[in-house]
Formats: sequence, structure tokens, C-alpha cells
Amino acid sequence: MNALTGGNGDLFALDPLRPLDIERGERLLFRLTEFGRILWEVGIDVGPRKMLDLAVTLNYVDITNKEEFYDTLKCSLLGKHEQEALFNQMYLYYWYMRDRQDKKGDEAPGAAKRDEKKMRLPPSELKRLAEHLNAPSERKDLRTEMRESERRRRVEEYLKDDEDDEADDPQGTAYSAIEMLRKKDFESFTWDEVQEAKKLMSEMRWHLGQRPTRRKRPARRGSYPDMRRIVRRNLKYGAEMLELTWRETKFKPRPLVIICDISGSMSLYSRLLLHFIHTISNGLLNVEAFVFGTRLTRITRQLKLRDVDDAVRDVSKTVQDWSGGTRIGDALHFFNQKWSKRVLGRGAVVLIISDGWDRGDPGVLEVEMDRLQHSCHRLLWLNPLLGSPDYRPLTIGMKTALPYIDNFLPAHNLDSLISLGNLLGTIDDSRPMRSAAAHRKAVAEWSKPRM
Amino acid sequence: MFAGQVAIFLKDSIEYKVIYFLCWKALVFLLEALLDQEQLTTIEDVQRAMFAQRYIADRSLATAVFLALKRRKPLLLEGEPGVGKTEIAKVLSAMLDTKLIRLQCYEGIDVSTAVYEWNYTRQMLHIRLMEAGGINRQEELKEIFGPDFLIQRPLLQAIDASNADAPVLLIDELDRSDEEFEAYLLELLSDFQITIPEIGTIQAKEPPIVIITSNRTREIHDALRRRCLYYWIDFPTLDKEYSIVLARMPEAPERLAKQVCAFVHELRSADLYKAPGVAETLDWISSLLALDQIELVEGPVRDTLGALLKYQDDVLKVGGNEMTKYLKKAQGVS
Repeated sequence: MNALTGGNGDLFALDPLRPLDIERGERLLFRLTEFGRILWEVGIDVGPRKMLDLAVTLNYVDITNKEEFYDTLKCSLLGKHEQEALFNQMYLYYWYMRDRQDKKGDEAPGAAKRDEKKMRLPPSELKRLAEHLNAPSERKDLRTEMRESERRRRVEEYLKDDEDDEADDPQGTAYSAIEMLRKKDFESFTWDEVQEAKKLMSEMRWHLGQRPTRRKRPARRGSYPDMRRIVRRNLKYGAEMLELTWRETKFKPRPLVIICDISGSMSLYSRLLLHFIHTISNGLLNVEAFVFGTRLTRITRQLKLRDVDDAVRDVSKTVQDWSGGTRIGDALHFFNQKWSKRVLGRGAVVLIISDGWDRGDPGVLEVEMDRLQHSCHRLLWLNPLLGSPDYRPLTIGMKTALPYIDNFLPAHNLDSLISLGNLLGTIDDSRPMRSAAAHRKAVAEWSKPRM
Repeated sequence: MFAGQVAIFLKDSIEYKVIYFLCWKALVFLLEALLDQEQLTTIEDVQRAMFAQRYIADRSLATAVFLALKRRKPLLLEGEPGVGKTEIAKVLSAMLDTKLIRLQCYEGIDVSTAVYEWNYTRQMLHIRLMEAGGINRQEELKEIFGPDFLIQRPLLQAIDASNADAPVLLIDELDRSDEEFEAYLLELLSDFQITIPEIGTIQAKEPPIVIITSNRTREIHDALRRRCLYYWIDFPTLDKEYSIVLARMPEAPERLAKQVCAFVHELRSADLYKAPGVAETLDWISSLLALDQIELVEGPVRDTLGALLKYQDDVLKVGGNEMTKYLKKAQGVS
């Protein structure tokens, strides 16, 4: 006690620290935290734990060496390769460009522009960044700093072009009974019906076929002896093994990968289908979602948002090729190269939603469909046009893809989505027929006139 | 009298020997300590030491390794297959002259295959023997669940307190394991201790140096990433790959090495299903050497493409019209 007060007294008795000393130690820490905050805001997972760790780590390196400092920050704060470009930009911005811009002040605008040209982010990241800059938040200090950057204006201009995508006009039309609604084609939905359908969709419960894993769990009856428990249990009988305990295979739901077409020809359906994808990815454990028009965009992260409308808005901001042309083959090629190894492990079920209007090369589509079918457990294709009774898969795209599809299903009304749900629940371990004969049979079946 | 003198002389000599021996030991110890200190105090040291093990590391990679050593944090390495992720662990263990403990992950890997297991057969036999001998129950129990009957699996070996110095623990291809195992690792990697209910908690004297690799066939959970230093190993640049080839295959003619690197470099920018890694480059060169080639010639290149490309589509693509284009570019290098 005495020592404490004495210590306090001494502290006050001492000469105050020179301002420069305080600056040096705390300023760096302050800037590091601020940098961490900025990274966090643009979506890089930097928590207090990482920052604390970094502060300790920096003791081991020479922080006056730029390269060393950068490398240390990168390997301590960054956790994902995808975010490396973003990290590098933020690093450049925070530790170099910002100061320069502060100092530059009233220099010619041309010079500032050259600096901005360095911002080479993928469009999705640019948007995220812009959103962050515009976000109405209480963190005023951070925002004022960010506002000074000229870049913001540029990003805003960049975004102005595609902000007109929330176009649904509310129209007062009669409320339809649920039964009617379930059978009605999405195409002819009114605003109210869309709202009703959303509600219905959110009430659907999804379950996906299970796959056996290599993991075992204790069970009353099973095929593998549980030696650890057997020895424990039977100690009381001495050397005789009288009670046997078992383990059995553990089952887990299969992963689901959804690849949805959002090109112009699908525009009547795409918004509702996005809602559908949102409900399904919130209802199931392991769902990856992609959308494509002329190129493929991953939207899994955006769909993690709890609220449907927020999520769909976020998706439409991320996606560049909304309501444009279709190149299914190229999109699948990209998927096969960049994503299939990452998301198609563990017996995934793939769900493609498209009307099959393809402007790309059918040769590419065929090769990629073949590869895709071989790398997944089950390949389903939902076609909104299949709902009409006189639809034939005659477009080149659909014709090319048809032989490689395991299940070809309609997706034009709520009923068809419900039956999809039922089908997903019944997917088992059995391998679908994928021989050349089966391919021919599938094509023949879909080509003949339907009842 | 004479016998007494001899005895004294012997005694003296023994003392002398003991002192001499102790001095020698102390000197060796000091020297070793000095050498150790000299070895890895800066990032350049790490880089140099890795080079001595014939591993060419970028400065940024050396920084990551250096920090992993200093902070004793796990280092999570990701990258395309065949860029030398696993090799780093081997190099590290050779560099530090410690044991390398490798855990190859697979789906369904669990405590009994990764951490520890009781030796049931021995346990049962022992119970039988005990019964015949008639020893009381308590003693028996204690003995049966004692260290003698414990089979140590890699993770337990890595934190075993009897290790002289911290081993290198390589957790290879973590993405192959399932979420349950990853969750178990979380606990292990933060505290470096393992609790066995029958024995108690085992804690590492010094945390092992942990290297985790992943090929990204499944996303590693953020919680685990947060506990690790992260480094993405990219395909090397042309110059770097050339120096890797020179370091790994000193017997390869310079001309061939240069051409091979240029050829592979071209392939990586082509639209292939699986771009060849450094491992494939080295493999290819040794195949070409086995065929006594001193430079790239179309025929043998075509025949050995299998060492480089592992998908039929890729082989067809490269073996077609583009082959001459790539070859010309590669031959133009030297």
C-alpha cells in the first residue's frame, strides 16, 4: 500500500516525459491499430488478438526496414490469399499514399489522378471499399480521414452506372390463395405475390442427402468394435471380454454447390431465384453459391447476410454482368479451373439453374459439362422454361448440356422448388448412370413430344 | 610403497582426465551456443540457412519462417501443389538439426490415429498375467493405464516432455481432414498440451515448431487461420526457378536447365487445368537427363510430357500446335 502511494508520488514528482518520446512509441501503436481497423472494415479478419500478437511480433524485426515491416504485417494480419490484393492496396494507401495526399494538398489534380490509377482492385472489392467509405457510421474520425482521399469520388463515379437495379414497381393486385400461388409461374408474379412467395420460401425446410464419412461414432449397434470402451468396460470381469461396444460410420449432409444464370433471358426469374438460393444456403450447412452471365462470380459470402433483401442487394452490387449475355461454357470453364477443386470435394451435389440460352461455343460447353459431371456426385439442372408443357430442349446450349445432366428439373413455380427439395432429400450413395447409352437415352427422352 | 605411489599417480591422472573432460565439454557447449546464436538471429540468417539446405526462399518467405521460429506460432502454408510447402518442414528440421514429426491428414483422422492409442492387445494379455499372479485390482489398474501401454501418435510425440529440443511438427494437407479434427487442433495449437484422462495433462517443455500445409480442397476455418502465421507460396519467377533447378540438380547442363525453366514458365501462363509445379519441373529435368538430353528437342519433349502434365486434356492441348511455339520461345532463351 505504502509502496503504491509512494510510487504514485514518485511518478508525479518525476519530470514529465518529453513529448517526442510519447509520440514515437504510442504513435506507431496508434497507427497500427488504425490500420488494423481499416483492414477490418474492408473485410479482412483482423481482431484484437491479431493486433496484440502483431505488437509482440514487431519486437523481433527491424521496423525501420520497410520490406521487413511489410512482410511482418502481411504474414501476421492476412489470413487469405484472395485478400492479398486488397491488403496490398490498403497497405500502400495507409502507410504511403495517405501521408502524401495529406501533404500534397492543393497540387494539380492530374498528379493526384496518377496516384489513383494504382488502385487496381477487382470490381467486387472496389465496391466493398466504396460501401465502406459511404457507410453511415459513428466512427467519424476514421471516416474524415478516409474522406480526404480523392479516391472516394472516383469509386463513386464508377458505381453510378449500375445503381438502377432495384426496379420492381409495387403494383396493387389481388392477393392470391397459397395453392394458386404455388402453381403460378414466377414469370407472371405481381409485386404482392413476390412478397408472399418470399415468405413461403423462408418457411421451407431443406435437407440434403447424406454421405458416409470416414469418421466413426459410438453406437449401440455397429460394425466396428470400440476397443477403448471395451477394455474399460470389461475390466470388472478380469480378462474375459463379456460386454462388447461398437462404433458405426458417421453420416454428414453433402455439400451443395449452386451455379445460377443471371443473364438477360433469365431476368424474370433471377431475383426470385436469388431469394431461393438465400433460403437454401441459410437452411443448409454447406452451400456454395455462384452466379454467372458472361463470367462467374462467387456470392457465398454475400448470402451469409441474415436478411434476404440485404443479401440480394449485396449480390446485385457485387455482380457485374447482371442481365447481360450468357456464356455458360466459359463460366463453367472458369468454375472447373478455379473452384471445382476447392468446393467439389466430399461428394458435392451441383445445381445449375439456367434456361440454356447460350451464346458461347458449344464445344467448350460440352467439354466443361463432361468434366463437371465427373467431378461431382450428382449434377442437377433446373430450367425455368421446363414448366411449360410444350417446351423442348432445342437450343444449342441445352442440347449440348443435356447428356451430362443427371436430373433435369423445372424451376418455374413454388411447387417445382418444393419437389426439388424432396429430390435433394433423397439423394443417396448410389451412382447415377453415366454411360454413353444413358446419355443417348436422356436425350431421346427429352426430344419426344410430352403428354 | 611402490604400490601406493602408483595408486596416487592413477588417482591424479583420473582427476586430470575428469577436469580435462569437463573443460572440453564446456568448450563444446559454448561453441555450440555461439554457433546457434550466430545461426538464426536475422532474416538473412534464415534465408542463408535454408539456402544451405538447397531451398531457395524469398525474403518474404524467410521472414515468415523467421517469425514462426521466434514466436513459436504455427505457420500455415498454402499454395498450388508442388511449390515446396512440405519441403519447408523438412528443410527446417535439417536446418535446426531436430526431429521431424509428420502427420499426414486424411478424412476421418481422429484422436486414436493422430494423438494416442492404448495398446489393447498388451493390455488384455497383461490382465491375464495379473490374474494368474493374483495381484490386487488397484495396482493392476494403475499399471494398465500407464505410459507403458500408451502408443504415442505424432501429435503426442511432438509435445512429449522428454524431447531434448523442440521438434518440427508437420501437419500435412490439413484440408483433407474434417472439421472435427480441425477443432481439436485449435486447442492443441494454442496451449501445446494434451490431456489423457487416465494419465493427466502432458505439456511440451518447449512448443514444437509447427508447419501446417493446405491445398485448399476445403476452406480452413477462420478460427484456425487466426492462430497461425500465414504465407501463400506462389509459383516462382523464371530466375528463381532457374536457381532452384541449379541448387537441386547441379548435374543438369546449364542450357537444358534454362530452356526447361522457360518452357515451364510458358506453360504456366497457358490455360491449363493443372499448371505444373516446381516439383514437376525437377521431375521433368531428371527424366530428360535419364534420356541423355542436353537441350529441348521436340521428340523427347513430347515423350516425357507425362512428367510435367497430369491431365490428358492438358497433354493434348500442349502436345498440339502450341508445342512448337513454346519450344521456340524456350530455345530462344539460352
